[in-house]
Amino acid sequence: MAKKAVKKIPAKNSAKNRARKTQSANSNEPRFSKEEELYAYREMLLIRRFEEKAGQMYGMGLIGGFCHLYIGQEAVVTGVHMASKEGDQSITSYRDHGHMLVVGIDPKAVMAELTGRRDGLSKGKGGSMHMFSKEKYFYGGNGIVGAQVSLGTGLAFANKYRGTDDVALVYFGDGAANQGQVYESFNMAKLWDLPVVYIIENNRYAMGTSLERGSAQTELYRRGESFGIKGEQVDGMDVRFVKDAAARAIEHARSGKGPYILEMMTYRYRGHSMSDPAKYRSREEVTTMRAERDPIEQVKRRILANKLANEDELKQIEKEVRAIVVEAADFATKSELPDASELYTDVVLSEL
Amino acid sequence: MSVEILMPALSPTMEEGTLAKWLVKEGDRVEAGDVIAEIETDKATMEVEAVDEGILGKILVPEGSEGVKVNSPIAILLEEGESAGDVNKSAADKGHSIHQQDQDKKEEVAVTSMGVNEPIFTPASDPDLPENVEMEEMTVRQALNEAMAEEMRLDDDVFIMGEEVAQYQGAYKVTQGLLDEFGERRVIDTPITEHGFAGIGVGAAFAGLKPIVEFMTFNFAMQAIDQIVNSAAKQLYMSGGQINVPIVFRGPNGPAARVAAQHSQDFSSWYAHVPGLIVIAPYSAADAKGLLKAAIRSPNPVVFLENELLYGVEFEVPKIDDFILPIGKARIAREGKDVTIISYSMGMKYATEATEKLVAAGVDVELIDLRTLRPLDMESVINSVKKTGRAVIVEEGWPKCSVGSEVSAQIMEKAFDYLDAPVMRVAGKDVPMPYAENLEKLALPSTEEVIEAVNIVSYRS
Repeated sequence: MAKKAVKKIPAKNSAKNRARKTQSANSNEPRFSKEEELYAYREMLLIRRFEEKAGQMYGMGLIGGFCHLYIGQEAVVTGVHMASKEGDQSITSYRDHGHMLVVGIDPKAVMAELTGRRDGLSKGKGGSMHMFSKEKYFYGGNGIVGAQVSLGTGLAFANKYRGTDDVALVYFGDGAANQGQVYESFNMAKLWDLPVVYIIENNRYAMGTSLERGSAQTELYRRGESFGIKGEQVDGMDVRFVKDAAARAIEHARSGKGPYILEMMTYRYRGHSMSDPAKYRSREEVTTMRAERDPIEQVKRRILANKLANEDELKQIEKEVRAIVVEAADFATKSELPDASELYTDVVLSEL
Repeated sequence: MSVEILMPALSPTMEEGTLAKWLVKEGDRVEAGDVIAEIETDKATMEVEAVDEGILGKILVPEGSEGVKVNSPIAILLEEGESAGDVNKSAADKGHSIHQQDQDKKEEVAVTSMGVNEPIFTPASDPDLPENVEMEEMTVRQALNEAMAEEMRLDDDVFIMGEEVAQYQGAYKVTQGLLDEFGERRVIDTPITEHGFAGIGVGAAFAGLKPIVEFMTFNFAMQAIDQIVNSAAKQLYMSGGQINVPIVFRGPNGPAARVAAQHSQDFSSWYAHVPGLIVIAPYSAADAKGLLKAAIRSPNPVVFLENELLYGVEFEVPKIDDFILPIGKARIAREGKDVTIISYSMGMKYATEATEKLVAAGVDVELIDLRTLRPLDMESVINSVKKTGRAVIVEEGWPKCSVGSEVSAQIMEKAFDYLDAPVMRVAGKDVPMPYAENLEKLALPSTEEVIEAVNIVSYRS
């Protein structure tokens, strides 16, 4: 197994950023096949366009309440998914649209849930933050910061109890990383060597509080050290590094060695939710990230530079993705509101 | 084709806003994602991003305009070669029609949701016991232990986790012997981390296992109540019926002896308040056994409230294979026609003692043990009150917003015309549990208080 490469995304210093990019041209970069590059491009583009459309529909009042967009973080779920296998469960918090699209949940059902319609994934009863798919092993979509870490550890418990070779992929943010139950879960996961990979999506802001202002110790991949859980920091803007690290972590968990922590250094372009003006960071910080580190642009540049596809072929992918998103938005707008009789259904199942 | 840029909603509560500033001018080319304007909402100043690319053909709402309604067109974006003049009028019309549709939709929702009634819960009856069934004396502790062992023998998906449940044989010995029979895969000692292991239990139930999570006492479940309420109780509903949570949270609840405020509290009404949960609080050993078996088989999350002081009390339990009782069915402990006493769990001790004394004094008491607190068997209660015209509710919990408050309110709603006296509640006193022996006694309900309440509703002295 390759020794882990600890990579950091430079924060605000673009000179350092350029230095890293020069370095990254060297040979210890993970390599993607043509299929992998094109797959990653398409998946990330789908998430990006879907989220842009969701933002637009929120603006039109078609989506209500809280709506947290994943724009900027696409490489994380895409790379992790590429390293997983069918049967591996995933669970996350409320910034969950990307996680659902990448595991293959129908974009129409996700968008119709956002608009609160009867054809939504949760029949319109869950909304943006509460969606699930047993069929795709996706367990939410959880609205309470950190709760998904214990729940996901429970999924891993079930895998071990039943003797399957499935691994639970548990996503949470830098904000959740300070919740108490995260450490209760780390402790039990290592105590019982549960097959779980903890993926910390460090987008540097817990709502409006920067990592430095909220965490006494900001190297989140080290948060499992006192339990003996291995961790590594990963360039979460480069889907190749994400997949490479995820493969290592998942293999570790699948082989019975217990939990593993991946700290994905990533960035969200939009505010915490639709109603967040994001005044806690400079516009320059965001534009620099977009211009220099964008996960989709990175893949696109490589595809073109290595002639894996030409501009026209990429435009064709873009066109297909747009069509999927337009179809989803159209479906979500036309689907009916839930029937009023649904108010009292699904509260409890009838007793046997 | 030209595209209207509409006034966006930028918060859940925003209905209108001020278009503070245009950052682009007519004729400018914009790309998707470009910030084109600033809007002041009810909360903050927000940036508006262009969704599509094109040329800003016309600004319809000048900067500085206040009270701009959400969804009204604020500008027109043109494709290459289009001119602004062609599209001005139609845009404004369309804006109006969107609003109209929106309003129609809202009215429709309001009207249809008015006609929806809460489904009426009809409990199943207790099973008929065979004639000459043999009864055996058994403590509540033994009954609970047997219920778990029997269900674990039947179903490999059932396991128990909690503090000291395995090697220590249970802090109150309810899990005694389970480790020996089922091994450490299925009888699992946890660290002292209620929040964490409750969440792990719920996650395992998401995946289809049937965990029994033991809280050493329900006082410590307060650490875990988020996972019980926010994760377990709401999961089926939030997932549109996709994911149920077949879990049992069990352990001793209610006042114990001389352990003071933090270890002596009845949480019945807390959990009974939550849709999505089943809440069971048995008194007798037979009910403890039959209902715990039903709880373990239930596809729903169950909060099973035991009582430490009842663990060692013996009751008769029918000696039959697979004794199981229906969830949600009250037990008529004694039939009578003068007054109805309603209670559950340890409250039944005071209620039973009071009943014995009152019957001896010539009052024909009907005594109802609720057994399940959610769903509540109001049918049995109402039928009884219609007969007696008088009701007293007994519980150890605090009186404010209690189980008694709920039962009393429902009697008022459903049997008002049958009542001959106001319903009375006998409950724990409205104070944290004191330590001193005399004060603790005063803080708890008593048999005398139950008798006094019955006398008041019966206008006896």
